[in-house]
Amino acid sequence: MKVKDEDFEGNKSARKILVLFAHPAQARSEVNIPLFSDAQNNQHVTAVDLYAEYPDFNIDIECEQQRLINHDVIVFLFPLYWYSTPSILKEWQDLVLEYGFAYGQDGTALKDKLFLCAISAGGKEEAYQSDGFNHFTIRQLLQPLEQMASITHMTYLAPFALFGSRTAHEEHRINEHRKKWETLLEKLATRQLDMDKATTIENLADLCKQKGE
Amino acid sequence: MTGYFLYAFIYLVAAVIAVPIAKRLGLGSVLGYLIAGLVIGPILGLVGDETTTIQHFAEFGVVMMLFLVGLELEPRSLWAMKSKLLGLGGLQLGLTTLLITGVAIALNQPFSIALSIGLIFALSSTAIVLQTFQEKGLQQTEGGKSAFSVLLFQDIAVIPMLALIPLLAIPELVASAAEHGSHGDGHENLSLVEGLPPWAYALVIIGSVAFVTVGGHFLSRPLFKFVASSHLREIFTATALMLIIGIAALMGLVGLSPALGAFLAGVVLANSEFRHELEANIEPFKGLLLGLFFITVGAGINFTVLSENTGMIIGLTVAVMLVKAIVLYIIAVTFKLRDSNRWLFTLSLAQAGEFGFVLLSFAAQNYVLPTNIIAILSLVVAISMFLTPGLFIVFDKLIMPRYRGNTNQREQDTIDEQGSVVIAGIGRFGQIINRLLVANDVNTVVLDIRSEQIDLIRRIGTKAYFGDASKPDILHTAGAHEASLLVIAIDDKHTAAEMVKYAKHAYPNLKVLARAFDRGHGYRLRQLGADYVVSETYHSALEMGAEALRSLNIHPFQVERQKMAYKNIEDQQNDVLYHAWIDDASGERIDNNYLKLFVELESLIEDALKTDLHDKHSKMRGWTPPPKGYADKLAGDDAFDDA
Repeated sequence: MKVKDEDFEGNKSARKILVLFAHPAQARSEVNIPLFSDAQNNQHVTAVDLYAEYPDFNIDIECEQQRLINHDVIVFLFPLYWYSTPSILKEWQDLVLEYGFAYGQDGTALKDKLFLCAISAGGKEEAYQSDGFNHFTIRQLLQPLEQMASITHMTYLAPFALFGSRTAHEEHRINEHRKKWETLLEKLATRQLDMDKATTIENLADLCKQKGE
Repeated sequence: MTGYFLYAFIYLVAAVIAVPIAKRLGLGSVLGYLIAGLVIGPILGLVGDETTTIQHFAEFGVVMMLFLVGLELEPRSLWAMKSKLLGLGGLQLGLTTLLITGVAIALNQPFSIALSIGLIFALSSTAIVLQTFQEKGLQQTEGGKSAFSVLLFQDIAVIPMLALIPLLAIPELVASAAEHGSHGDGHENLSLVEGLPPWAYALVIIGSVAFVTVGGHFLSRPLFKFVASSHLREIFTATALMLIIGIAALMGLVGLSPALGAFLAGVVLANSEFRHELEANIEPFKGLLLGLFFITVGAGINFTVLSENTGMIIGLTVAVMLVKAIVLYIIAVTFKLRDSNRWLFTLSLAQAGEFGFVLLSFAAQNYVLPTNIIAILSLVVAISMFLTPGLFIVFDKLIMPRYRGNTNQREQDTIDEQGSVVIAGIGRFGQIINRLLVANDVNTVVLDIRSEQIDLIRRIGTKAYFGDASKPDILHTAGAHEASLLVIAIDDKHTAAEMVKYAKHAYPNLKVLARAFDRGHGYRLRQLGADYVVSETYHSALEMGAEALRSLNIHPFQVERQKMAYKNIEDQQNDVLYHAWIDDASGERIDNNYLKLFVELESLIEDALKTDLHDKHSKMRGWTPPPKGYADKLAGDDAFDDA
């Protein structure tokens, strides 16, 4: 998949969004695949399926860095695996975020970009509480990524999370979540997102509710 | 001799001109042939009496066609058709015979004549209908399959009809013939079974059917293998022809329909690995003979009789077709054929057929019908055949569009047997590909020219066929026109290149994956249009090299990275090298740029993989640690623990 070169002439203020999608078992996906296909169909988004592009984990560092440079918003889209990303996203971080590029001396390529995670979590929302089953909130669990954003000079936004994702399909919650996702992408691109709330809230999905909800 | 050439030339010219024009006008090839015959026969008068003789010869095309139809039909699917065959076919034949006989009686014909007319018109034209189905891709639709069942039943029913017709002989005709001395009419009557008592006759028939079935199953394979091992194409063709002609002769001798025998042999061979090769060999003969047959039908239209009885002949033709169509429509409704399939069934079979001609001449021989009636009935048969392509056009233009939306889905489901991947060459290389694809539920059609190889592969349960995949017609019968991928894994470098070229030319939408012998061959394949090329030794050599490094105690993951690096550089430089190769190959450069670049690639790879003496890592990017003491320089930033 090549870096999409959208022509933003006449719409200079629209943000370009890069969605890096990581799902190693897409045939079983019920939540992430629909979100990914929505992203693919969004004119402001470059959607990359990392497992498709690098099935052997042979990540092209040069190409990935160029993609980062070309976009204003970086989104990791993934199902939560052991309170973290699927392994290819970790590999991607290890390889692409080089010293002198993303951090360290002259490492300012990512400065002032927005970063967020769009995740699906199998556990219920109540489980991700300090007194819940998982003992930590989702923001707490994603702190390594928050700090990654910090050291690479990016603005970290709250995760856009769907809880109880294993039964979301049966409970007909996916369409609603997709609508919120569309709203989020639109607000990000058109700079409509309330940044104060977006950086501090627990779940970004709560900021993307439809009218009347 | 010259006379024969002249006739052959006239027939060929007529076909060559008329058929492409008819096809382009959307009329179909059958109508093209019929018109060609009409032009050279009654209109220009270039051909005359010999048409009847040629027609008998050309009827052999129908035999070949049924053989080919049989090849497409495995015994299992034939068995599954049995209720359709008896139900649809029996009803069609019975009802149509009854109605037409009734009409004939109403027109003041005596019962015996009326009944033979009923029988003659109950039959439809296998030749026209199947040829048109094939051309329009309708064989696999519900309507097409049902129509085929009826045609098959009719072919079987011809046999008892031939037995019945002599019983209908009219005493006065027999008497008058006896006075004038009898005369033969082109049909020779060599028979083994004449004069045998009924039980012996039955035994002979059962014996010959058993011979075709069992012999086809057990004898054909060693025979074909033996012939295939000679690697002589024309001998394989000769064998295929020998098989069909032999069966036709045998069936003729015991008084069965040759077409039926050929069909049976086809079904027996449907599972054979030689199926595609047989198809490809017989197909051209069938096409030409059927074409010839259609021309003779056109040429045989007798304008004198037609002009004298225009009103009656047209009236009779319309009446016959109407009666047949009504019966077919009622059956279609009864058997719950829906939508466009109902109409396809009704319109496609509403004509009289070539067996009608056979029965007519047989009836004449046996003094069942007076000659003046035969002349008129022949015209009715011919004209109804002439009108059939028109009915197909009506179906295409008026009926199909109305149902397109709701029939597509179902029709797609029923298309089977066309693998979505054709694999040419099932040696060490092709086998792995095939196994991987089959394990992932991909339909494959495997072809190889080594029959020993095919035998071996078949034994482990792979669907493999003997056939020279570099032959265009084999590629076609294997379904290249409907496949999405062609994998070329054959040994011969030159043939592989020719195949890539042909496949990309003939099927522009077909993706071609080709195995190359070496770099130069790979570039040649790429130049000819292969979509993906891999050198047969590249990956295994790389693996072996990696294993060598691991054996030397280099860390396995480090080895993996070196391998990746090797691949990356190879991929990057491949394009550059390819273009240099093209320049060199076309002789535009004299400085052997390709060789120079090739040496350059060697040093590039070496350079990139060379390990840095200081940190014992190669110069490849990835997991590069930040410089020593970097943490102090990150003034103002938070501490960053990289260890």
